[in-house]
Amino acid sequence: MIPASFDYIAVKTVPEAVAELAKHGDESKLLAGGHSLIPLMKLRLSTPSFVVDIGRVKDLNYIRRTDGHIAFGALTTHHDIEFSDLVKEQLPLLASAASQIGDPQVRNRGTMGGAAAHADPSGDYPTCLLTLDAEFDVVGPNGRRVIKASDFFVGTFTSALQPDEVLTEIRVPAPPAGTRGTYLKFSRRSQDWAIVAVAAQATVKDRKFQEIRIGLTSMGGTPLRASAVEAALRGKSADADTIRKAAEKAAEGTDPPQDLNGSPDYRRHLATVLTRRALEQLTAGR
Amino acid sequence: MRHRVAMTINGTQYEHEVEPRTLLVYYIREQAGLTGTHIGCDTSSCGACTVEMDGHSVKSCTVFAVQADGAQITTIEGLAVGSQLHPLQQAFWDEHGLQCGYCTPGMIMAAKQLLERNPKPTEQEIRLGIEGNLCRCTGYQNIVKAIETAARTMAAQAGKEVKAPAAVS
Repeated sequence: MIPASFDYIAVKTVPEAVAELAKHGDESKLLAGGHSLIPLMKLRLSTPSFVVDIGRVKDLNYIRRTDGHIAFGALTTHHDIEFSDLVKEQLPLLASAASQIGDPQVRNRGTMGGAAAHADPSGDYPTCLLTLDAEFDVVGPNGRRVIKASDFFVGTFTSALQPDEVLTEIRVPAPPAGTRGTYLKFSRRSQDWAIVAVAAQATVKDRKFQEIRIGLTSMGGTPLRASAVEAALRGKSADADTIRKAAEKAAEGTDPPQDLNGSPDYRRHLATVLTRRALEQLTAGR
Repeated sequence: MRHRVAMTINGTQYEHEVEPRTLLVYYIREQAGLTGTHIGCDTSSCGACTVEMDGHSVKSCTVFAVQADGAQITTIEGLAVGSQLHPLQQAFWDEHGLQCGYCTPGMIMAAKQLLERNPKPTEQEIRLGIEGNLCRCTGYQNIVKAIETAARTMAAQAGKEVKAPAAVS
């Protein structure tokens, strides 16, 4: 499959990228690792006239601890996140999710920024970043602005990014010590997108949920928080009965899609089962 | 508009004009003339087109040739030294790790990355390491055996010092 013709512009800096996007407007697309954009272009679902490649921009590939946050350069690959000691220790949810994206070759090329900007409701990072209350640094013609995750994922394949803006950094609040996280993804084959997935992060102290965050993938047009489960657990005892009852609320208020992989009812069922399993995993031995 | 790209493939420098939409796998096969890398699904699923780009295994159907400008590429043709097969090639032969052979170049390139990162993988780790590669003959059993055998050969060749996984950042 061959994409439609386009002109290729490789830029070396973020301001150059912003200038090219401003010049070509809707006719242009930003290319990072290319593992969302190139497949769409090959299917001719995306036919930009200009592709602005930020893959060679220096200093957009890093994972670092900042004041109270872990910061990810937009070009950080899934592989780097999967294997980062800092991420494994501080944000095990993200390391867990990264390790389940695509396959090793895809994880070598795909980037966190690209996957976030793609805003696929069955994507893994959007749910994690919403669940973790991440914030997004975006640079456009009028300078930099910060978008909260709750405002970033606007709709199916639609983020709050404007056509002339470049996502440069994603920051995730560092959780308290001893916080656990996991991403449970249900799919039929290992490379597939999630039929449903659950992102969970919990801080358990004295057998009580001090902090609890649950997110859902592929349960609607955008990633979602399972707010009813969170409310049912916050401050409550981390015992099997409480977990089971709370997990039953996982699909509350959702409108999951119908497709070849499953019906809405099947997805609602999966959401409750995966939520329970995630909570059991996070509280085991606590 | 055409772009001039230059890259090193298996130690040889190649330079050509390409359309920006030219995918790396087509560049490797049709312009560099190296047809060992196969095109299977052409949709980033099957892994037949796997090559190494700057030390990382990639699906070359999902990379534009212009993105590989200046890169170091290794394909299946770059593994043997003269008539001496790479331990993975030899092990795929010895363990019958191929039937029709179509997936083999990609399988071996994916396995090479796996063993560089994890020289002593368990069977489960091998299966996860080749999760991006499909064998339609479904001969996975012998492919896994071949990778186990190659891991032992490579460990023996490296002597007693088996290196820790390399690509951890």
